[in-house]
Amino acid sequence: MTPINRDHRRVVIVSAGLSVPSSTRLLADNLGAATARAIAARGEEVDIQHVELRPLAHALADHLLTGFPATELAAALDAVSHAEGVIVVTPVFSASYSGLFKTFFDVLEPGALDGTPVLVAATAGTARHSLVLDHALRPLFAYLRAVVVPTGVFAASEDFGSTADGSLDKRVERAASELAVLVSGATAPAPALRRTPADEFAAPTPFEQLLREAGGDAVR
Amino acid sequence: MATDWSDKEGKHDMGIQIGIFSVGDVTADPTTGRTPSEHERIKATVAIAKKAEDVGLDVFATGEHHNPPFIASNPTATLAYIGAQTETLLLSTATTLITTTDPVLIAEDYAKIQHLTDGRVDLMLGRGNTGPVYPWFGKDIRQGINLAIENYALLRRLWSEDVVDWEGRFRTPLQGYASTPRPLDGVAPFVWHGSIRSPEIAEQAAYYGDGYFHNHIFWPASHAAQMVQLYRDRFAHYGHGTPEQAIVGLGGQIFMRKNSQDAINEFRPYFDNAPVYGHGPSLEDFTSQTPLTVGSPQQVLERTLSFREYAGDYQRQLFLVDHAGLPLKTVLEQLDLLGEILPAMRAGFAEGRPADVPDAPTHASALAAREKEEVTV
Repeated sequence: MTPINRDHRRVVIVSAGLSVPSSTRLLADNLGAATARAIAARGEEVDIQHVELRPLAHALADHLLTGFPATELAAALDAVSHAEGVIVVTPVFSASYSGLFKTFFDVLEPGALDGTPVLVAATAGTARHSLVLDHALRPLFAYLRAVVVPTGVFAASEDFGSTADGSLDKRVERAASELAVLVSGATAPAPALRRTPADEFAAPTPFEQLLREAGGDAVR
Repeated sequence: MATDWSDKEGKHDMGIQIGIFSVGDVTADPTTGRTPSEHERIKATVAIAKKAEDVGLDVFATGEHHNPPFIASNPTATLAYIGAQTETLLLSTATTLITTTDPVLIAEDYAKIQHLTDGRVDLMLGRGNTGPVYPWFGKDIRQGINLAIENYALLRRLWSEDVVDWEGRFRTPLQGYASTPRPLDGVAPFVWHGSIRSPEIAEQAAYYGDGYFHNHIFWPASHAAQMVQLYRDRFAHYGHGTPEQAIVGLGGQIFMRKNSQDAINEFRPYFDNAPVYGHGPSLEDFTSQTPLTVGSPQQVLERTLSFREYAGDYQRQLFLVDHAGLPLKTVLEQLDLLGEILPAMRAGFAEGRPADVPDAPTHASALAAREKEEVTV
């Protein structure tokens, strides 16, 4: 993993295409490039990191079974947890995101995406699946308490040949600029909305307080 | 004769106690497809515990589960039965469910075993890992931490005060309640708190100056290192001594044969089909990612002694040897092999151990500490 430059905005792309090359990866690259341009246009520098899930497929299945991530998966989860913006791209499988895509977000620590701007995108063979952005991806990232940008990008195979008005390129540019606004508007990391195990290790809740809470009406 | 149990041969008079812990799973042997009956597994557990004493191990600890495929319900009957057939073996739990078991019953049961075994018992408290156990026992799993905190606070009072008036959130109030029998010699069994990754439990162990145990088998060692470090720091914070003087226990999982490749070949089908991690990572990956050691006795010895590099000098090492469908004969062979490297393991743990690191806790050491306190006062 490249060292983190604190002066740069950190955007991570998560893509779940299965073939090589895949239209999902192609869309992910386009979104990444457009986002980099949009953030640069706002006078800021950006580091874009790409997390491709296909090489992590075995590690993801192992994580489901063992409860902990192997090294490379741990690095990918860590990158997403510390990103200031995330671009997610999934192929449509059976009218939803793919199982591989969902598994990555299933094993992400709770709270990892709290308040993080997320651009949702999907690919499919036909435009008939385009509502997958709104009936599958938006609810998932709403549950994860991410801030989903207004424009989602759906690309059917035919979109890669179209340059008409309302074309894929324009949707990509619009979504990227919306993400750039949210990412560069973030002057500090999003405030911790809930205590995570990491917080507890860094500053343990004193036992006297745990005793009081146990006898009170708190849930822990 | 009440205090004569402990150390006729100086057996537990040592820095670290080494033993085994069992979860009591009834699992098919993947090499034969045969599943032992509950009766066979229960009797095997007793045979394994007795063998542990025979090969010179210090501790046998049993888990507690209230659902199939386990035979580890009612651990106190098992421990008392084993206690009656052993002379020096320390009996413990891994873990006692402090969340769903009434602390009033825990106080009675373990004080009783203390008397029956002349003080050869301690216990390790945990929250359990089976969701439905909570509702089965009338509890709410979302209150796991709070139950562990309140129930243990009551358990301590039941052992330290002859008559208790108590009112709390999770059980019926007590008025003028005297728990019987009183702890042996007025000294409560030593308590360990076990947790894989809940900092609140490390905090609890540190607050009371109790022991902290990390299961240290299914997860990367970094998890254990982080929890142990937190516990040690907070142990010092609460004024019980230096971080190095905190009382730490670790689990471990091993499979040995004289020839390391034989160990790997024999254990692989059990690993590949094991209840917890089976059908997941390869044996090789899991061995490098977690403390699991499969190989020659020398490899087991070296890996075990290396645990001190991140846990510091510690007081109890328990191995998991009887799970995943391993037949009783194989488990007993594992214990023979463990017995053979035991002197070298004890010597290794003693090497470089600072004098101010406390020895492992026993009933005798608790009595000695109390006498010292009384003299000082």
